Amino acid sequence: MRNFTPPALAGHRIPNRFDGAALLIVMGLLIALVEVGRTTIGTPIAQIQNTPIHLDPAWLPYYALRSTARMFVALLFSLVFTFTYATLAAKSRRAGMVLIPILDILQSVPILGFLTFTTVFFLHLFPGRVMGAELASVFVIFTSQAWNMAFSFYQSLTTLPADLQEASRSFRLSPWQRFWKLDVPFAMPGLVWNTMLSMSGGWFFVVASEAVTVGNTQFTLPGIGSYVAVALKKEDLPAILYAILAMLVVILLYDQLLFRPLVAWSGKFRFETTAAISGPEPWMLKMLRRTALFHTIGEMIGGVFASVFRLRLSFRQPGRMDETSEPSRMIDGIWFAMIAAVAIDAAFHIVAYVSATLHWQDLFTALLMGVYTAIRVAVLMIVASLIWVPIGVWIGLRPRITRIAQPVAQFLAAFPANLLFPPVVLAIVYFHVNPNIWLTPLMLIGTQWYLLFNVIAGAAAFPGDMKEAIANFHIRGLLWWRKVMIPGILPYFITGALTASGGAWNASIVAEVASWGRHRLVAQGLGAYIAQATSTGNTPRVVLGVVVMSCFVIFFNRILWRPLYAYAVRRTTLG
Amino acid sequence: MDQITPPLVSVRNCRQAYHKDSSADLVVLDDVNLTLHEGEIVALLGRSGSGKSTLLRIVAGLLKPTSGEVNWRGKPLKGPAPGVAMVFQSFALFPWLTVQENVELGLEALRVGKDDREERSEEAIDLIGLGGYDGAYPKELSGGMRQRVGLARALVVHPDLLLMDEPFSALDVLTAETLRTDLIDLWMDGKLPVKSILIVTHNIEEAVLMADRILVFSSNPGRVAHELKVPFTHPRNRFDPAFRQMVDDIYGIMTRRKAPEVHAAAAPPNPFGHALHPVGTNLMAGLLETLRGQPYNGRADLPALAAALQFEVDELLPLGETLSMLGFALLEEGDILITETGRHFAEAETEDRKEIFAEALRTHVPLITEIRSVIDQRSNHRAAAVRFRDQLEDHMSPEYAEETLRTVIAWGRYAEIFEYDEEAQQFGLEEEDEEEHEA
Repeated sequence: MRNFTPPALAGHRIPNRFDGAALLIVMGLLIALVEVGRTTIGTPIAQIQNTPIHLDPAWLPYYALRSTARMFVALLFSLVFTFTYATLAAKSRRAGMVLIPILDILQSVPILGFLTFTTVFFLHLFPGRVMGAELASVFVIFTSQAWNMAFSFYQSLTTLPADLQEASRSFRLSPWQRFWKLDVPFAMPGLVWNTMLSMSGGWFFVVASEAVTVGNTQFTLPGIGSYVAVALKKEDLPAILYAILAMLVVILLYDQLLFRPLVAWSGKFRFETTAAISGPEPWMLKMLRRTALFHTIGEMIGGVFASVFRLRLSFRQPGRMDETSEPSRMIDGIWFAMIAAVAIDAAFHIVAYVSATLHWQDLFTALLMGVYTAIRVAVLMIVASLIWVPIGVWIGLRPRITRIAQPVAQFLAAFPANLLFPPVVLAIVYFHVNPNIWLTPLMLIGTQWYLLFNVIAGAAAFPGDMKEAIANFHIRGLLWWRKVMIPGILPYFITGALTASGGAWNASIVAEVASWGRHRLVAQGLGAYIAQATSTGNTPRVVLGVVVMSCFVIFFNRILWRPLYAYAVRRTTLG
Repeated sequence: MDQITPPLVSVRNCRQAYHKDSSADLVVLDDVNLTLHEGEIVALLGRSGSGKSTLLRIVAGLLKPTSGEVNWRGKPLKGPAPGVAMVFQSFALFPWLTVQENVELGLEALRVGKDDREERSEEAIDLIGLGGYDGAYPKELSGGMRQRVGLARALVVHPDLLLMDEPFSALDVLTAETLRTDLIDLWMDGKLPVKSILIVTHNIEEAVLMADRILVFSSNPGRVAHELKVPFTHPRNRFDPAFRQMVDDIYGIMTRRKAPEVHAAAAPPNPFGHALHPVGTNLMAGLLETLRGQPYNGRADLPALAAALQFEVDELLPLGETLSMLGFALLEEGDILITETGRHFAEAETEDRKEIFAEALRTHVPLITEIRSVIDQRSNHRAAAVRFRDQLEDHMSPEYAEETLRTVIAWGRYAEIFEYDEEAQQFGLEEEDEEEHEA
């Protein structure tokens, strides 16, 4: 298992004024989306014609296919976004100053919060047609993948070794050629790894975005998510079990046919002089590499791409670097003024939009709800850590078990947890227990696996000579945990905890409100606040809820996780 | 030696074997005996892979031997022994603990009280010359200082036996020398709170400089080939003729041919039976050119050559043995001589060198011939590397098998005997060769 750093941790930037501007710009854009949708088209939202969803399991393969197709369309958009947005941010200093904070804010916005804004926008863009609903769903999946990928790509671009850059300049590569010959290959391992993780996380949102109700607008797109939604409404437990089974198969195929081969393949772009310790070659990759037919097809496709990448697509000859010229202060000044103007304008619009219907009281309510959810997340993280850290360490120190457990944990992380909600909800209804407490674990069902597999990776990477020193000096028991093991896995643990807690905030929107037929369970919290505002179509409240939640997430990232991670890395590495 | 107190450590008929699923055991250590008394420094000297580090770990109780008995103070050893502390080649310090916390860790495990702990760690830190660094983290220290922390950490528990696993080999020459001298000075002054030291090294001079007794290991399988007493008193002078003579003698012992390998008419040599040293072709060419030229004129004394080229024995011996296996040089009692073929090779141009090298490979490395013939037999002229690796693993550990395969790939590529596709992990033929085949 390679250690990976989630983008939210990797930057070493300290919060600055650009973050504030970015937050305002993002929110302003989202509100503008809604407004554009409402004002330009203006027609009352018609009930979209819904294809009825059949609960017959024979339809499931078709639904699974539709859901998967949505995932890949979103992936395509994410790639295009990554290659353009991150490249722009990396190559232009001025653009980078704004684009990177925006990206940072975007990845803290709860993904399901986007649903409200984008649904209205896309439905108005294609009034009365399924296309709008499809795009709205794809957009949600896109938001779950793109930020992470763009960040990874941006980081690779900013850490390109100077000698490779000089070499590509001395070979007079055009920007287009350089992009495909140097930038993309160098970024490949990180990009593939982050893409695969995003896609794993994306299944959750595929399921959540297919059956949507925003105010009096609702749609159900053919897919596994809608299948479950309908089954929930009809209280059909067997159908839910079929859906879980179908999803298991889909994830298994995705894992075996795509995830593992791609990650193994991207290893060849690794920029290291020492040979990496490589695991066994995934069977799919082996087949692609060794089979003559696939080999030929691969070479043909590769040939076409290679010739496209060889095009110069540039009229300018690469010139010399001029390191003496300073960036013009005047243009900088104009640039800053423009950003400030846009941010102020956005702030004005947000205030105008929200204050038209909302009161200070609402802000207070939202903050209070945020505190409830924050307490939930904190308690969950503590409980999950107490459970998974010992188990993860136990597994990680045993290579044979690690080899089995690690892929299983990754697999479980990909499984959309919202499919597992119904059985829990059923149990709560049956036993009449307090939903405020018992709905809480749902938030972490999906993301606790990140905690587990990072801890496993950390323990597995614990150096052998240190283990010998531990045995030699008879270090055991509490001393072992306190002085040796916990510090040893700390960076890995924090990486996992950050991902898990971020995921929990996200999941709160679907986990704090649950229903089973006519039973409706609600837990007090910000997630429920947003979910209810969404289903009643109260957009200003959704805006408020999303802003508050984003602020909570950003706050925790900046105040807790980033400093902790920086500390852990500083302390636990030599040199 | 009749002593009332039992020896500190005694190892009898120790054997360490690596189990490969079904086939014969791969022997790392074979029939090794070792007795360690109080008051002596013993060095285990041998090449990497001779099993000396394995023996150290068996003595430490970190590893259970496949067979044989290990006694600690007359009682069978079970698990890591109390009273044994180890110093690691890689230091093995905990980066998240300060110097003082690292040193105190062993005491904490022994449940020594806080005040006592601080006093003893202070003592050890001062003894080893680390005073003032108490609050520093390992990453803030140089390699030499880190190893001093490693030493202090081991000494603070007042072990009866100090085990040192190539303690100075990760340090530069001067730093290593300083640490060695400091350690010996403390030992001679009786300031070290230990009764005995067992040190593993591949550095002949280090062994002669420090030890009272040297066990020279032969490799594959690891055996104690020789035991020598070092008669000099401390402080030792490495330029003393008697000292030089002893170093020379040990070089001789370490390069001495093993019992002549009989692979004459009886049975063809097994192409998978021998591990190859990972020696690069540039290095071989470089050494041959050096040997041929001034001042060596075809013959060099190994210790002198090692000093001149700044090579460790561990690097020079595999190189010499590989050249001798390929027929480019001869090893004789601590000297290396260039052969006629070797001279040819050194004088040739690039393309001719490749041909001479290819010829030497075909004659002396049956594994290369075997791989090429398998490729030739295949209709598509490709062969997976896995099968050769598996066959190698029947005769050696997976690490050696991997290393041997890597070496054979590098040599075969240089000699243009075959091609290798890293991604598909397949051997193949160069295109021209392939066309010849078709014709």
